[in-house]
Amino acid sequence: MIRRFAPPVLVLLAATGLWYAASLLLLSEEERFLMPLPHDVLAIGFGDPDNLAELLTALALSAQVAMSGLVIAFVVGVGLAVAMSQAKWVERSLYPYAVLLQTIPVLALVPLFGFWFGFGFGSRVLVCVLIALFPLIANTLFGLRSVNSAQLDLFALHGAGRWTRLWKLQFPAALPAIFTGLRISAGLSVIGAVVGDFFFKQGEPGIGILIDLYRSRLQSEQMFAAVLLASALGIAVFWFFGFLARRVVGSWHESVRDPAAVS
Amino acid sequence: MTMLGFTGVGKRFADGTTALADIDFDVAPGEFVSVVGPSGCGKTSLLRIAAGLSTASEGTVRRETDRVGYVFQDPTLLPWRTVQSNVELLAELRHLSKRERRERADEAIELVGLSDFAGHRPGQLSGGMRMRVSLARSLTVDPELFLFDEPFGALDEITRQRLGDELLRLFRLRGFAGLMVTHSVTEAVYLSTRVLVLSDRPGRVIGDFAVPFGHPRSPELRFEDDFTHLAGKISACLRGGAG
Ligand SMILES: Nc1ncnc2c1ncn2[C@@H]1O[C@H](COP(=O)(O)OP(=O)(O)OP(=O)(O)O)[C@@H](O)[C@H]1O
Ligand SMILES: [Mg+2]
Repeated sequence: MIRRFAPPVLVLLAATGLWYAASLLLLSEEERFLMPLPHDVLAIGFGDPDNLAELLTALALSAQVAMSGLVIAFVVGVGLAVAMSQAKWVERSLYPYAVLLQTIPVLALVPLFGFWFGFGFGSRVLVCVLIALFPLIANTLFGLRSVNSAQLDLFALHGAGRWTRLWKLQFPAALPAIFTGLRISAGLSVIGAVVGDFFFKQGEPGIGILIDLYRSRLQSEQMFAAVLLASALGIAVFWFFGFLARRVVGSWHESVRDPAAVS
Repeated sequence: MTMLGFTGVGKRFADGTTALADIDFDVAPGEFVSVVGPSGCGKTSLLRIAAGLSTASEGTVRRETDRVGYVFQDPTLLPWRTVQSNVELLAELRHLSKRERRERADEAIELVGLSDFAGHRPGQLSGGMRMRVSLARSLTVDPELFLFDEPFGALDEITRQRLGDELLRLFRLRGFAGLMVTHSVTEAVYLSTRVLVLSDRPGRVIGDFAVPFGHPRSPELRFEDDFTHLAGKISACLRGGAG
């Protein structure tokens, strides 16, 4: 326990120390808003009930956007991957577009979505879906394909049909890869929700809008608090899916059993 | 009566590779036939055809039973299932009732001596134990015809011999007809009632040796003159065919 947590905690302490040093030694009183002191960030950003309420409301909205996007991307991504794994022609017709999705800068499309669907919840979720989709498709497909030919022979020999094979062989075999995809996509979805916010100036503010707002008002303690919260959301999501993966497949799959091996 | 009959069987793959040619042989109930042959001569293809996983391009294959056990070269266990649930798999695929599955699996696990490990996952077992699980899994279909593709190829000598003895015991107990591919002439003679020798690709039957030793067989049999003499003859045939 100590060996696992001590090194990163030390790094955190050192980084905080450097921050104080830079803030106090390099910056004058007037410049300090560039790097506000950590305890000021905590006191003003989180200590003030009004600020805290504002931040948490925005965070909740962004988390909702990110998770809705992730859930939809999961259902669509796994569904598409299953369809591709069952029929070669589906894969041949759709996979190139899945790859395309990965190569176009989705965030650049945000203004377009705004035109089409407005700047509300739906558009924000759509951004997350598009950003999170590809890793889920690719990882699920890879996982479904990972069964070896002898296992397929075994199922064929004892009369298993395509759905039995999918459900009892391919799908469980794909679980570790699906979790890898979920983890990557969850992070991307949070990024989509936060960064997408920068383009959605209308409507209820998510954490991204708040960051932008505090920046323009030079409320740097609040801004740093918001950045910290957004980061915490990303970390929490990443950690949660790692935890879930260990719970579900950790008992038989090494790559998720060893925390050091998870990327 | 035959359990499995090959008449003039040939196998040609889509890419033009001819794996087998003119294969004629029968496996009768109570027989345990081993097939030895050079690498790549079509032994796995032969087993797959026997199991119905692949079709012959020429000739006919008769199989008298649907209760076929197939032990693959590697144990092909499902890593997310426990030993118990791996062994229950085939009964599950064949839609047997939960109780029936359990009973068959319990019995098979007991037979291969793994009752203490029923709750373990394959990742926690040694190579030999995994092969035992694979054997137990096939036993649950109560096979009348049991196919083995180099089942002990990946194991060390001692484990190999021990599992061989276990297989002999199961053979006597269950009375299935066996067809086994192996690289080891000694193993073939020790376990079988008959040994077939295949030529280089395309594989043809170039030798058919009856093994006259009765059962039960003890490990010392391997060092008796009759045994080594027969093994020598088979090896010579194999070398001749492999040119
Ligand atoms: N699906 C396939 N398509 C084309 N050629 C194949 C296919 N399967 C096997 N072959 C070829 O047929 C030949 C026989 O293959 P097979 O696996 O039956 O040999 P084997 O005797 O079992 O070999 P080994 O002793 O190495 O296991 C080989 O040359 C192989 O390359
Ligand atoms: Mg082979």
